[in-house]
Amino acid sequence: MGKPSDLVQGTLDLLILKTLSTEAKHGWAIAKRIQQLSGEVLQVQQGSLYPALHRLEQQGWIKAKWAESETGRQAKFYSLTAAGRGQLERETESWKRLSGAINLIVQEG
Amino acid sequence: MDGFEEERCKKTMRWLHQIWMSLTMLFRRGRAGTALDDELAFHIELQIAENRAAGMSGQEAREAALRAFGNPAALRDQARETWSWSRMELVLRDARIGARTLLRTPGFATIAILVLGLGIGSNIALFTFVRSVLLKPLPFRDPDRLARLYESTTDKNQYNQSSGGIFSEWQKQSRSFTDLSLWGYAGYNLSAGGGQLPENVRAATFSSNTLPTLGVEPALGRNFTAEDDQPSANGTVILSWGLWKRRFGGDPAILNRTILLDARPYTVVGVMPAWFAFPDQTRQLWTPLHYKEPTEVLDALDEHDFVAIGRLKPGVTAAQAEAELSLITKRIHDQHLDNASVSKTANLRPLLDSMVGNVKTPLYVLLAATGCVLLIACFNVANLLVARSAVRRREMAIRAALGGSRMRLLREQLMESLLLSTAGGVFGIALAAAAIQWLLRAQPEMARAEAIHPDMMVGVFALGLVLLSAVFTGALSSLSAGSGKILESLQDSSRSHSAGHGRTRLRKVLLTLEVGLTVVLLTGAGLLLKSYARLRSADLGCVTQNVLTMSLNLPEARYTTDAQRAGFFDSLLTRVRSLPGVQAAGYVFPTVPGAGYGGDSGFRIAEHPPLPQGKGQWARTLFIDPGYFSTMGIPVMRGRTLGEDQRPGHPTEAIVSETFARQYMPGEDPLGKHVRKGPHTYEIVGVTGDTLFEVSEPAAPILYFALDAGEDMNGASLVIRSGRDVAQYALPVQKIVQQMDRDLPVSDILTMDEVIGSNTADASFDATLLVIFAASSLLLAAVGLFGVLSYIVAQRTSEIGIRIALGAQREQVVGHLLFDGIRPALLGLILGLGAATAVTRLLQSMLYRTEALDPLVFGTVSLTLLAVAAFACILPAWRASRLDPAQALRRE
Repeated sequence: MGKPSDLVQGTLDLLILKTLSTEAKHGWAIAKRIQQLSGEVLQVQQGSLYPALHRLEQQGWIKAKWAESETGRQAKFYSLTAAGRGQLERETESWKRLSGAINLIVQEG
Repeated sequence: MDGFEEERCKKTMRWLHQIWMSLTMLFRRGRAGTALDDELAFHIELQIAENRAAGMSGQEAREAALRAFGNPAALRDQARETWSWSRMELVLRDARIGARTLLRTPGFATIAILVLGLGIGSNIALFTFVRSVLLKPLPFRDPDRLARLYESTTDKNQYNQSSGGIFSEWQKQSRSFTDLSLWGYAGYNLSAGGGQLPENVRAATFSSNTLPTLGVEPALGRNFTAEDDQPSANGTVILSWGLWKRRFGGDPAILNRTILLDARPYTVVGVMPAWFAFPDQTRQLWTPLHYKEPTEVLDALDEHDFVAIGRLKPGVTAAQAEAELSLITKRIHDQHLDNASVSKTANLRPLLDSMVGNVKTPLYVLLAATGCVLLIACFNVANLLVARSAVRRREMAIRAALGGSRMRLLREQLMESLLLSTAGGVFGIALAAAAIQWLLRAQPEMARAEAIHPDMMVGVFALGLVLLSAVFTGALSSLSAGSGKILESLQDSSRSHSAGHGRTRLRKVLLTLEVGLTVVLLTGAGLLLKSYARLRSADLGCVTQNVLTMSLNLPEARYTTDAQRAGFFDSLLTRVRSLPGVQAAGYVFPTVPGAGYGGDSGFRIAEHPPLPQGKGQWARTLFIDPGYFSTMGIPVMRGRTLGEDQRPGHPTEAIVSETFARQYMPGEDPLGKHVRKGPHTYEIVGVTGDTLFEVSEPAAPILYFALDAGEDMNGASLVIRSGRDVAQYALPVQKIVQQMDRDLPVSDILTMDEVIGSNTADASFDATLLVIFAASSLLLAAVGLFGVLSYIVAQRTSEIGIRIALGAQREQVVGHLLFDGIRPALLGLILGLGAATAVTRLLQSMLYRTEALDPLVFGTVSLTLLAVAAFACILPAWRASRLDPAQALRRE
């Protein structure tokens, strides 16, 4: 199982931003979504998730709002900002370039 | 905006957003913390719900969720780490913890703060002095272009005052200065008025261009104009701020009013600002130079009565200006080769240097001493911290075992040092403020005393000191924390070797350094003390006990003839002599012994062959009444004192001092020979013992003439001797003077002891300060030694117990222990003596008849230190000798 601690910090940011691009979610939902979409390969540990969320919030890519969750409890929902969308595009681009390059080398021979 | 700028703009906005977030985090830390807790709790809830949905029981679901979740506390910390003010938070938290820890041991904290406060405070106080007096530029326009000009008259007198004649030539011919100005010293009797008594004030005479040269304007009114600065003008005067406030009530209407100086009217044209104190802060008013001084004196080439200053032209160096002035002076000298008093060349010094040059060495010496005191204080506090850390080593070990990083522990120690230093700094600042006040009161005549007050540079210096001592102390004490042998620290007993070996060594090293510095300070203090004692006990050549002196100045306006003046003096003397209890009274002009050089004159011995051209002879010139020698107890070695028949305008007799006879008439009998001074010839009728004009200077040759017979003798110092307390005659004599002339003030009323005291005030001051520093260092070193020794005894209790139980002699064991403790002190003594030999040479200029390597002082210091060390060891030794081996072993 690819432990998220193997993930480069920027990659987790990319995943979070992507997950939030469709709709606002709280932390638990983000982790679950990443797990789902990756086919249970990537399990984000809370120890990495929340620091990453707060970092992204501080940098202004996402914004947070307290709202009522599906269980009825108050939860902190994160959503993408306009600047965040731009950052998502940029990061997707660079990931594509990077992974493309690595693929080329790995597939060589 | 193009793409690049847009990018930059966005970046800035993001950066600002980040800062805003951080600030919000900082101030809403509490709320943000709770919010984070809520968020994490919510997350766990959902995880538990999922687990239960997957089939686990309630308890299992919970445990699984928590296990997967990890340590919420650590998580919280990690999340908080991203809030980038966490560093600040850490510092604050460390500070809080540090403060609490220190408060738990208030005794230790108090001592450490006091010690650091003493070190930091004394440094701040002295640096204020150094900064204000030596480093701060003069409060004039472009002060580094201002220079003091001197004439070089003889090899011995190269920094002589200026003569009016040569100065005029400088003014006419020199191209190196934008302004050249001449001024002089003066004193006036300020007449009674407005309910105030008559008063003698110190003053100065300025040319009309003196204030413009300095670049200063009066605060009220105006400067002298060129018309005011003429002998034929009406008298004008500028007051000092202090005099204006004190004597004239600070009333602006004083301008254009007339006051009487020496019974002559002067119109007040201006008042100087409060900060202005040129040439020194004792000058209370200024009058025009060319109005006051007689024209023939101002034109003379050989009367060095005045002071010349100048402002260098931009681009001209001091060396160039000096060379030019020297050339001009040389030309004049060569035209007057027959007059040996005409100067040969000129010298130049920056104005600031000329005013404070003689206090530079003492101030820097004192500053170095305070630096030593601070170092000693830091060593001491570091020692205390090491001792304390030894006590807490188990706590530290446990924390290290539980995962606390070493950096964290080190940070805490540094924080403690910082807290102590800051508290010490605050205390030190208070101490410094008090010390500065006291120092100023003890030395009111210090150069630039009016400029002494703390400013920005002092503040920065204080801050720097606090940080430096914090880092220094913290670093020193953390040296001992480095061993990291956790397991051993945790074990209760360690019989294989004494615990804290490394710590003991560190403490010993610190102690050695402390003792070494203390020895250096003690040696310096001892030398200054010896020098001062020699100074104080120097024989002036006259009686100094129970002799009162005071000065009078008869204003020319009311005492116009020599006969009037002589009459006043004679009549005053008769009345003073008739006071009950007065043994003797007399006059001398211009200075009593020990009160300064006075002035000298050129002369010729009539019976000697004429001197080669350009060579001159000078002797101090004093005017006395015949009763002077017996009043002052000056022995008349040969011949007699002056006759009573010396009348005004017909002086015929002179008396010489021993040095005069030895220097100018070796091998012959002076009696009966004749001295030519000016237009008159005098017969030498007596030879008297030497008197010193200053305690620390060798005797100069003196020529005595009759006061009555002198011309224009309007001043004199009255000296009175009595058998009992002579100070009680001050008031009666003043009353007599008042009766004889209501508007005549009496000034400088001092006993001879006080005269010597003010002469030696500087040396006394320096010695006192250094003794205080040395004594405090000795105390600190003694306490340090006591601490280290007690520590060693406590550490090695079990060892001692074992040794004694195994049969060693008690005295031997204790002795061995004590020697181990005293060794660093002995080492420190040797190091200190070595350092002192190198360093005390720098003191030589401050010492009077004392060698920098005085064996008596060095010996006394060594003995003192050994005695103090021995004393500090008594208690620990006693405790060690009373050790019951069984108890000691059981203590483990």
